[in-house]
Amino acid sequence: MKRCFGLVFAMAVFCLAGSTFGQGGVPARAAAFATTPDIPYEAVPNFFKIPDGLYLGEVLGVATDSKGHVFLYTRGNHTRLFEFEKDGKFMREIGDNLYAFEMAHGVRVDKNDNIWAVDEGTNMIVEFNQLGRVIFTLGSKPDSGKGWAFQTPKFNDPVPPAQPYIFNRPTDIAWDPQGNFFIADGYGNSRVAKYDKNGTFIKSVGEKGKAPGQLNLPHAIAADAAGNVYVGDRSNSRVQIFDDDLNLKKVVDNVGAPWAMCISGGPHQYLYVSNSNPDNNDSRMIAVSGEIYKMELDGTVIGKFGKPGKLPGEFATVHSLDCRNENEIYTAEITAWRAQKIILHPEKMAASSKAGN
Amino acid sequence: MKALLRFTPLALVLFASSVLAQGSAPEIAYDTNSTFLKWPEHIYMGEPAGVAADSKGHIFIYTRTGEENLTTGTSRTFVRGGSKLFEFEANGTYVREIGQDLYGFIRAERLRVDSQDFIWAVDSGSDMLMKFDQQGHIVMTFGRKPEAVDVPAMPPEYEPPPNPGRDPFGGRGVGSGELGDGLNRPSDVAFDSNGNIFIADGHGGTSNYRVIKFDKNGVFVKTWGNKGNGPGQFQWPSAIVIDAKNNLYVADKGNRRIQVFDDDGTFKTEYHNVGFPAAMCITPGAHQYIYVSNSNERTNLDNGEIYKMELDGTVVGRFGKAGKGPKEFGTVNSLDCRSENELTVGELLNWRVQKVTLHPGSGKSGN
Repeated sequence: MKRCFGLVFAMAVFCLAGSTFGQGGVPARAAAFATTPDIPYEAVPNFFKIPDGLYLGEVLGVATDSKGHVFLYTRGNHTRLFEFEKDGKFMREIGDNLYAFEMAHGVRVDKNDNIWAVDEGTNMIVEFNQLGRVIFTLGSKPDSGKGWAFQTPKFNDPVPPAQPYIFNRPTDIAWDPQGNFFIADGYGNSRVAKYDKNGTFIKSVGEKGKAPGQLNLPHAIAADAAGNVYVGDRSNSRVQIFDDDLNLKKVVDNVGAPWAMCISGGPHQYLYVSNSNPDNNDSRMIAVSGEIYKMELDGTVIGKFGKPGKLPGEFATVHSLDCRNENEIYTAEITAWRAQKIILHPEKMAASSKAGN
Repeated sequence: MKALLRFTPLALVLFASSVLAQGSAPEIAYDTNSTFLKWPEHIYMGEPAGVAADSKGHIFIYTRTGEENLTTGTSRTFVRGGSKLFEFEANGTYVREIGQDLYGFIRAERLRVDSQDFIWAVDSGSDMLMKFDQQGHIVMTFGRKPEAVDVPAMPPEYEPPPNPGRDPFGGRGVGSGELGDGLNRPSDVAFDSNGNIFIADGHGGTSNYRVIKFDKNGVFVKTWGNKGNGPGQFQWPSAIVIDAKNNLYVADKGNRRIQVFDDDGTFKTEYHNVGFPAAMCITPGAHQYIYVSNSNERTNLDNGEIYKMELDGTVVGRFGKAGKGPKEFGTVNSLDCRSENELTVGELLNWRVQKVTLHPGSGKSGN
C-alpha cells in the first residue's frame, strides 16, 4: 500500500484492490487463520517511557540487543533512532540529524550488538557501534539540490536496473551465521542482495513478478541459524524461503501479507509473521487482517495472536517485529505511532490445540 | 508548500455574500480582550486555527506557525513542520508547548477538548487527528500522514489543473466510499454522550465531503455524505458540534447552511440563516446555544459577524463584524464557548485570539 502511495491516489485504491481483495471485492482471511489456535497474550502497559517533549511518530523499526536494550526507528518530524533500556526507560538518541536519516524503514541489531538502520528515503544502510558512532555505510544518498529531484516519479516510470551497491527504497536486513548479510531491496527493486561481512557484493536474486523466486515488495527479511533466508514477499502475500546461497527452497502462502517478520533465538527457533492491517485502516481490511502468526521454520503454523485496533494490546499496522526471546515480542506500529512489548503465554493455550513444544 | 495554497480558496470566494438573518437578529453588546495571552519571548503565534478550553479553563491553541519545509529523499518529497500546539492558563499565563516536532503537525485546522479533557488536534496538512492526554502524550491517532507529497515539475507559468484529482498535500481519501479513517483535509471533530467520535472530512477543494463515525475505541462505525447540496450532502463540512441529546450540527460551508443529523447520520433538518458557517461551538448547560461565525474570506472584510442561535435554528442575537481592530474579527476559524457569555475566538487573518465577553443583559438575546 505504501508503495502505491507516492503515486496518483486513485492508483492507490487500485493497488489495494489488486492485491488483497478477492473476486467481488470481498477480502479474504489468510488461509491459516481459521485453523490456527490463539496464543494468549498481554501487552505491557506504557512500557516505553518517553521523556516529556519528545514524541514518537510512526514507529517503523524495532530491535533489541543482547542486553535487552530496545531500539526504535521512527518517522517523527524527522526520522530518528532512540535507545531504551531493558525496562523501557529512555536512554538516548542515536544519529541525531544524520545525513542518512530521511524516511525510517527498518532497524536490526547484529550479533555484535551493532545497530543497523535501513532508510528508504535516502537508500542507505548505516551501521552504528554500541557507542552510537557510524562505522559502516552501504548505498548512497541521491544528490539533492537539483531541480529534477523535486519531481515525483510517475506511476509508469521504468525502474532502473538494480546495481550492486545502489538501493531503491530498501526495507530490511538479516545476517547469516558467517556474518554475510542480506538486504531486502525493496519498493523500487524487487530483489534480495547478499554481501559478505566486509560489505562486498556477492549476488542478488529476484525481479518483480508473481512466479516462485520473483518478488513483489520484499518488505521483511530474516535468517535462521542454518543460514536459510526468509523473505516477506508482501504484495504477493507469501513468505519465500531461500537457502544461504539464495536458492529458493519453499513458498509459504497461508499467513497473509508478511509486513513484518522475526526469528526467535535459542536452540528451537520460530518464525513470527505479521499479516498487518494496511495503513489506510479500511474497515474491510481491518476485518480480515492484523494477526501475527507463530510458525516452525518449515512453515508449519502453530499459533496466532492479536487483532487490529487503536487500543493498547491491539495492533495498528505492525511494521516490524523483534523476538529475540520467543515469548517477548516487540511490535513497531505505524498508524498508532507506538511500539508495544507483548508477552505471549503459550503455556495457557488449550491443551487440545497446543502445537509445537 | 506555498504553491499549495493556490488550490484552496478559488471556489470559496464565489460564496461570499450577504445573509438574510443579519437584518433581524438583535445586536448583543460585547467587549473583547485581545492581549490576554502572555506569549513568552521568541514564540510567535501565527494563525490560530484551533482554540479550545478544558474543564479547568486552560486554553489550548493549535496554530500555524514556524516553517514548513520540503526535503527530498529518493526522488520523493517529504513535508515537515508548520504547526504547533500551546497551552495557557485561564488568565493567559503561558504553560507549555505540546507535541514538539510532531510528525502530524503540518497545517493546523481545528482543536477540541473533550469532556474528559483529552485534547484533539485536527490537521488538514497531514490528514490526521491526534488525541493527547493531559500529560501531552499521544493516546490515539486517526488517518495517516502521506509518506510523500506529489510535487509536479513546476515551470514558472505552471498553474494547477482545475481539478487535480488529488489533494496537493497528498491526501489519500477517495470520497464517501472510503470505509475507514483515510481522511482528506479533515476539519473538525465532535463527541456524543456515549463517547462516539465524529469527524468532519473535510475542508477544501478535493476533500471527502463526509462525516465519519467511530466508537470510543476508535473503531470505524460508518460514514455518510458526498459532494452536493441535497440533504446529507456537503460542500465542505467545515465544523461539527453535538448537543446533549446527541444531535449533530454540521456546518456545510459551501452550501451556506447547517445540517442537523441524529447520531446515526439520519438527516433531520437544515438552517440557512447564518451565512457561511466557518466555525461553530455549542454551550454546555441545560439551555444550550450554538455560536456560529459567518467568517469573512481572506480576500475581503465582508460579513464576519457571529450568531447566537437556539438549537432549533432560531437566531437570538449577533455580534461583531469583519475587521482588524479591537472587537472586530478577521476570518474566524475557531470558537470556544464553554461559558455561554465568555467566548474565545481564533482569527486566521489577524493572527489573534480574542476573549469575548457578551452582555446579553438588555434582554434582546433570549435566555
